[in-house]
Amino acid sequence: MSGRILPLALEGVTLKIDGRRLIDKITLTLDAGPLTVVMGPNGAGKSLLMRLCHGLIKPTKGSITWQGSPGVWPGERQTRVFQKPVVLRRSVLANVEYPLKLRGVDANERKVRAREALERTGLGDIAMSPARVLSGGEQQKLAIARAWAMEPEVLFLDEPTANLDPAGTRDVEDLVRAVHGAGTKIIMTSHRTDQVRRLASEVVFIHKGRLIEKGPADAFLDTPQSAEARAYLSGELLV
Amino acid sequence: MNDFSSGLLDAFRLIVTLDPDLVEIIWLTIRVSLLAVTIAACIGLPLGAVLAITRFPGRTAVVVALNSLMGLPPVVVGLIVYMALSRVGPFGVLGLLFTPTAMVIAQTLLVLPIIAAVSRQVLSDLWLEYREQLISLGARHSQSIATLIWDARYQLMTAVLAGFGRAIAEVGAVMIVGGNIDHATRVMTTAIALETSKGNLSLAIGLGAILVCLALIVNGALFLLHPRRTVTP
Ligand SMILES: Nc1ncnc2c1ncn2[C@@H]1O[C@H](COP(=O)(O)OP(=O)(O)OP(=O)(O)O)[C@@H](O)[C@H]1O
Ligand SMILES: [Mg+2]
Repeated sequence: MSGRILPLALEGVTLKIDGRRLIDKITLTLDAGPLTVVMGPNGAGKSLLMRLCHGLIKPTKGSITWQGSPGVWPGERQTRVFQKPVVLRRSVLANVEYPLKLRGVDANERKVRAREALERTGLGDIAMSPARVLSGGEQQKLAIARAWAMEPEVLFLDEPTANLDPAGTRDVEDLVRAVHGAGTKIIMTSHRTDQVRRLASEVVFIHKGRLIEKGPADAFLDTPQSAEARAYLSGELLV
Repeated sequence: MNDFSSGLLDAFRLIVTLDPDLVEIIWLTIRVSLLAVTIAACIGLPLGAVLAITRFPGRTAVVVALNSLMGLPPVVVGLIVYMALSRVGPFGVLGLLFTPTAMVIAQTLLVLPIIAAVSRQVLSDLWLEYREQLISLGARHSQSIATLIWDARYQLMTAVLAGFGRAIAEVGAVMIVGGNIDHATRVMTTAIALETSKGNLSLAIGLGAILVCLALIVNGALFLLHPRRTVTP
């Protein structure tokens, strides 16, 4: 199942809103394999880049192509977990079943896949609880379970641990590793160096909407090539 | 005062003995209003959802019109339906004037704007929250509409019940198009108006009490249905 929609190629991708260049001529190829983390300070354009790749907003200029087929949005094969996940006003289980139902997966298989995803994310015990009463961390896990049940080839995760405590962060990181290990390409954003060190095999660093660096995670963290990345990494260590 | 207390007593007797006239009136009232609200909900909920989700030229005008129609005076609706159904009106040949069907039509027109306007408001708030997520998960337009209606079901039920409250309590429209004919189109409100003007307070009080009870039952049922009740620790 892997390697069918990847690589994802961005060619001179630019996004302008109200005259502001929020994404500026990003050219970049993302391949199957490495766990990719998009890094950058607040407002760098990480979330926008994810939304562009996911396909729900269109670039002002440039192209985003999956496996060399321009204009095709393989929505079935890739999915995205939002920075602030939206859970539906239903049970936890029904939330996970929902996208499968949209795709016409039959009721029995739906139940099985949803149950499986909940077990894997440690939410099995609260499958029947109303999703809206879950804590922020549980909702984040639910969103990941929902995405995982869709068995995507590529999973975009936008700041999956932004509002979590250390234990919640560790849980979600374990989960991300598990999804990656099960053969799904992960493209996630983070602005935490420690997290990037634990998870990433490849880093894409952006700043003010521009691609500054892309390379293996260790090399990026230990010997950043650009002045921006150096400043960002040392600044964060000093804080 | 004497009149009043004997009226109360009589009313009580009518209710506990299930007086056939009383039961007939109540039954017709519930049938007419329930049917009107069902029809209005079947049209109003999807209409509200479409207005919440889609953008088309003239949409704002429709929304404004709908919101102002919410406050339409029942007698005006009655008059319009009367003219449409009267022998010289466009639908005169159907012979519907002074039948329960005419009353259902009038009440549907009264309730539809409430259900459509309230559900549009509720659903567009929810859509704001759900939009990107649903599209991302792969929902088509029709699937999104169904999802919104389902997830807002308790608030929408409140809108429908508010509509039912308006239908069952209004007197002007059904009086004009129904004519308050005994054993044919007499409902609780028109009967109360008539009996009160005749000075026959016992039936009026009995009907009034039942009307209030109906409102309490409906709202109590809604309260019990609502899941938020179980969330309080
Ligand atoms: N819909 C929009 N309209 C106008 N400006 C926007 C819009 N969405 C994002 N922006 C702007 O684009 C810039 C990048 O936003 P983005 O959300 O991608 O940042 P980010 O890198 O994800 O930051 P954070 O780390 O805080 O999540 C910000 O300055 C933001 O104000
Ligand atoms: Mg962001």
